[in-house]
Amino acid sequence: MSQRMPLLIFTAIMAAIPFIPGVPPFWIVLLDNIGLAALVAMGLVLLTGVGGLTSFGQAAFCGFGAYTTAVLTTAYGVSPWLTLPLSLLVSGIAAVLLGIVTVRLSGHYLPLGTIAWGIGLFYLFSKLEFLGRNDGISGIPPLSIGGLRMLDPGTIYYVIWIAVLISALLTMNLLDSRTGRAIRALRRGHVAGEAFGVQTPRAKLLVFIYAAVLAGLSGWLYAHFQRAANPTPFGAQAGIEYLFIAVVGGAGYVWGAVLGAGIVVILKEVLQSYLPYIFGGQSQLETIVFGILLVVLLQLAPTGVWPWLMSRLPFKPARKIPDTSLELPARERATSTTSVLLHVEKARKQFGGVIAVNDVSFDVQAREIVALIGPNGAGKSTTFNLITGVLTSTSGAISVLGNKVDNAPPQEVVKLGVSRTFQHVKLVPDMTVLENVAIGAHLRGHAGAISSMFRLDRADEARLLAEAARQIERVGLGEQIDQLAGSLSLGQQRIVEIARALCVDPLLLLLDEPAAGLRHMEKQRLAALLRQLRDSGMSVLLVEHDMGFVMDLADRIVVLDFGTKIAEGTPGAIKTNPDVIKAYLGATA
Amino acid sequence: MNTTIMLFLLQDGITNGAIYALLGLALVLVFAVTRVILIPQGEFVTYGALSYAMLATGQVPGTARLAVAMGVVAFGLDLYAARRALRLKPVSRSAALNIVLPAAILALTYALAGPKTPIAVNIVLSLLIVAVIGLFLYRIAFQPLAHTSVLVLLIASVGCHLALQGLGLVFFGAEGLRGPALSNAAVTLGPLRFTGQSLAVYGLTIAFIVGLWLFFGFTLMGKALRATAVNRLGARLVGIRTTLSGQIAFLLASVIGAISGILIVPITTLYYDTGFLIGLKGFIAAIIGGLVSYPLTAVAALVVGCVEAFSSFYASNFKEVIVFTLIIPVLLLRSLAAPAVEEEKD
Repeated sequence: MSQRMPLLIFTAIMAAIPFIPGVPPFWIVLLDNIGLAALVAMGLVLLTGVGGLTSFGQAAFCGFGAYTTAVLTTAYGVSPWLTLPLSLLVSGIAAVLLGIVTVRLSGHYLPLGTIAWGIGLFYLFSKLEFLGRNDGISGIPPLSIGGLRMLDPGTIYYVIWIAVLISALLTMNLLDSRTGRAIRALRRGHVAGEAFGVQTPRAKLLVFIYAAVLAGLSGWLYAHFQRAANPTPFGAQAGIEYLFIAVVGGAGYVWGAVLGAGIVVILKEVLQSYLPYIFGGQSQLETIVFGILLVVLLQLAPTGVWPWLMSRLPFKPARKIPDTSLELPARERATSTTSVLLHVEKARKQFGGVIAVNDVSFDVQAREIVALIGPNGAGKSTTFNLITGVLTSTSGAISVLGNKVDNAPPQEVVKLGVSRTFQHVKLVPDMTVLENVAIGAHLRGHAGAISSMFRLDRADEARLLAEAARQIERVGLGEQIDQLAGSLSLGQQRIVEIARALCVDPLLLLLDEPAAGLRHMEKQRLAALLRQLRDSGMSVLLVEHDMGFVMDLADRIVVLDFGTKIAEGTPGAIKTNPDVIKAYLGATA
Repeated sequence: MNTTIMLFLLQDGITNGAIYALLGLALVLVFAVTRVILIPQGEFVTYGALSYAMLATGQVPGTARLAVAMGVVAFGLDLYAARRALRLKPVSRSAALNIVLPAAILALTYALAGPKTPIAVNIVLSLLIVAVIGLFLYRIAFQPLAHTSVLVLLIASVGCHLALQGLGLVFFGAEGLRGPALSNAAVTLGPLRFTGQSLAVYGLTIAFIVGLWLFFGFTLMGKALRATAVNRLGARLVGIRTTLSGQIAFLLASVIGAISGILIVPITTLYYDTGFLIGLKGFIAAIIGGLVSYPLTAVAALVVGCVEAFSSFYASNFKEVIVFTLIIPVLLLRSLAAPAVEEEKD
C-alpha cells in the first residue's frame, strides 16, 4: 500500500518529536497551534478549494465550539469529553442555520456574507453576559484520561495531532468517493452535476457543515489547550487568517492545509519576534507582511505551496485501475404509460421579449435517432435545456414515457432515463476521465458522506468505477482513463461527456453538438457508436451542424428556425424541403 | 420615546447613513468596473481622515512617504512589464506618474505643512496623497490579477486591507485622532441643530450620487468603464483601455473614501482600524444595492445608518451585532429574488 506509506511516516515523525531530547517546549506549543489551525484550514480546503465556496467566517465556528465547552464545563461541571459531541453539534447547527441562508448565494455574495456574520458573531460573543463579555471565560478544566491531566502543551499535543490525522484521513476518504465527486464538481457550476442527479444545494450545505464541524473541533481543543476562551481569536481577523493559511498551503489539497498552517504559524511567530527589532516597538506589524505576502502569492503562485512541492517530487502516486468485472445493477425503470419516449407539445420559452422556442412540438420514439437542426440561434440548445429541466418552459408540455417533466428539476428528469451532454463542455478539468465519467453514475450508487468517510462505501464505489471504466472503454477512450479531463482535446472531452451520459443507463441520450471538433475518422467512429446504441434499444436526440454526419445517421430530422419548427421528416425529405433550404441558404436559393 | 429623541436619532442616522452611502457608492463603482470587492475602502477613509488630522497639527503624515514608496514599486512593475521593449516615451510617462507625481506631493506636503496651514490646503493635500495611493494600489495589487476570478480578487483585496491597516498603525499610532471642523456655521430648525459639517455631508453625498449616475449613464467614458467590467476582452477589442478604466475607478474610490474620512473626522474620533468597520457598513448598503444600483445603495445606506442610530439607543451593546446581522435577511431576499446563475469559472 504505497498510498499509506507517506502518512505512516508522517505519523511516526509527529509522534516522535516530543521525545527528541533538546526540543524546546516552545516548539511543542507552536506545533499545537499549527495543528489547531490546520483543522480549521482543512475544512476550508474542502469548502473553498474543492467546493468553491469562500468563507471568511470560519473563526466564528471555532468560537461556537470553544464557548460551548467553556460554558458547560465551568458553569455546569460537565466533563470535557462529554462536551466534545455537544461542541461539534452546536457548530454544526450554527452551520445549518447560516448555511441555509448563505450557501444558496452565488459567487461573491457568499464571501461577503461570511465576512458580515463573522463580525456580527464576534460582537455577539463579546457582548453576551453568559459568555463573559470581552473577558471571556477562564478556568476551563483540562482534558484528562484516567489520572493523566493534560495540563502541559506536550500531552495535549497528542490529542490535537490525532485529531488532525483522523480528520485528514476522513476528509481524503470523503473526497475519494461518490459524494466527494459531487463536491468536487461544485466549483465548476451546478448545471453539470444536477444533470446527473446531484442535489447541489445539499452538497454545498454538507461541505459547509463539514467545515464548521472541523472548526468547532479546533475550537473545543483550543478551549482545553488555553483553558480559557475570549472573543479575540474568533473574530474577523482570525477568519481571514484561516483563509490565508488555506491559500498558502494550496486551497485544493488536504495536506496543503497542514503545510499552510505550519508555514503561516511559524512565519507569524518569526515576524512577531523580529519585526519589532527592525521597526522598533510597534505591534501588529506582521499583518503588513502577511497582507503583502498574500497579494504576492496570488500573483506568483495562485495554487499554493503544496502542489508546487508535489510536482517536484520524483515519484508519482500510483493510480488505481478499476476492476471492470463488477456489475452495477441497472437503473430503476420508471413506469411507462406510452410507447412514445419523449413527447414535446407546444413547448415555449420566452426571455423577456425574445421568444427562443416558439410552440415547438415533436416526438422521439424508442430505438430512434432524431436530429434537431437549424441555423445558429434557432433555439436548439434552449429546447435541450427545457427537456432536461435546466430551464423552465413558459408554456407547453413535455413528457418522458408519459410522465410530465416540464418544470421538473434536472435531478428528476435524469431519473426517468434522460441524460445529456453539453454544447460547452462541462467537465471538471482537474479530475481524471474516470472520475468525471463516474459522476454520470451518481444516481446508481447509494453510499452517503458518512459511510464514505469511514470507507464503508468501497463495494458500492468499486461497482460505480467499474461501470464508468466500461463506458469509457465503450466510447474508445480506454487509453486516456487516467488522464486529467482538462488535458484532453476538446473533441475527446465531448466523447468523455458521452461516456458520462451513458453511465446513467439512459433510455434517451441528448447530445449537443457531439461531432464538433472531431476529425473525420472520429466522427465515423462516433456515428457507429450511436447506431450501436440505437440497435441496443436506446434513443438519441442530437443537435448537430455537420450535415453529412446528420443526414447519414438520423432516422428523422426536426428543423428549427428562429425558435419555430419549420420542417420534420426523413433526411431525404428534409434535403429537398424548400423552407429548410431557404432558412439555411437565404431566400433566393 | 418622544418625537425629539426620534428626530435626533433620525438626524444622527442620516448623517452616518450619508457617509455609508458615499462609501457604498465607491464600492459599487469599483466593483462595477474592476470586479474587485474593495475591502481596503475603509483604509482610504482612515488615511484621508488621519492624514488631514495630522496635517492640522502641523505634522507630515507617513502616508505621503507611503505614496512615494508605492510609486517606486509601481514604476518597477511598469519597467518589468515593458522589459522587452523599453522605449523612452512610455518609460518617461510612467516615471512622471509613478515617481515625479508622488515625490512632488511629498515635497509640497513638507513645504506647506505647519500649524497655521489653512484647512483648505490640508484637505487638498490629504486628498492628493490618498488619491495617488489608490491609483498605485490598483497598479501594484490588482492590475496583474485583472483577468482572474472575483474570488481571487477578493482575497487579494483582503490582503491589501491587512497591509494598509498595519501601515496605518505605523503612521498614525494606536491613539485616535480628531480633526478640526470644516465650518462652524450652524442652522437651527425646530429642535434640531444642523451643523455646517453635517450639511456638507448631505450636500457632497447627493452631489456624488447625481454625478456618478450622470457619468455612468450618459458619458462615453462612463459607459466604457462599465463595458470593461462586463467583458474585459470585448472592451479591449473595441478600443477601451481596460487598465485606464481600473485606474480611474480606484482613483475615484480613494478620493471618495478620503472625502468621507475628512467629513467625519471632525465629528468622531477615528482610529487606524476604524475604517474597516465603517467600510463594511458601506458594504452592507452596497450589497443591498446588489453591487450595481447607485440610488438603491444610497437608500440602503440611509437605512443602515438609521438602524445603527436606533439600535445604539435601544440596545447599545448589540449595535454592531444588529447592523451586521441585517445583512442576513438581505442576502436571503437577494438569493430568493435572483436564483444562482451558472458561472463559468477559471
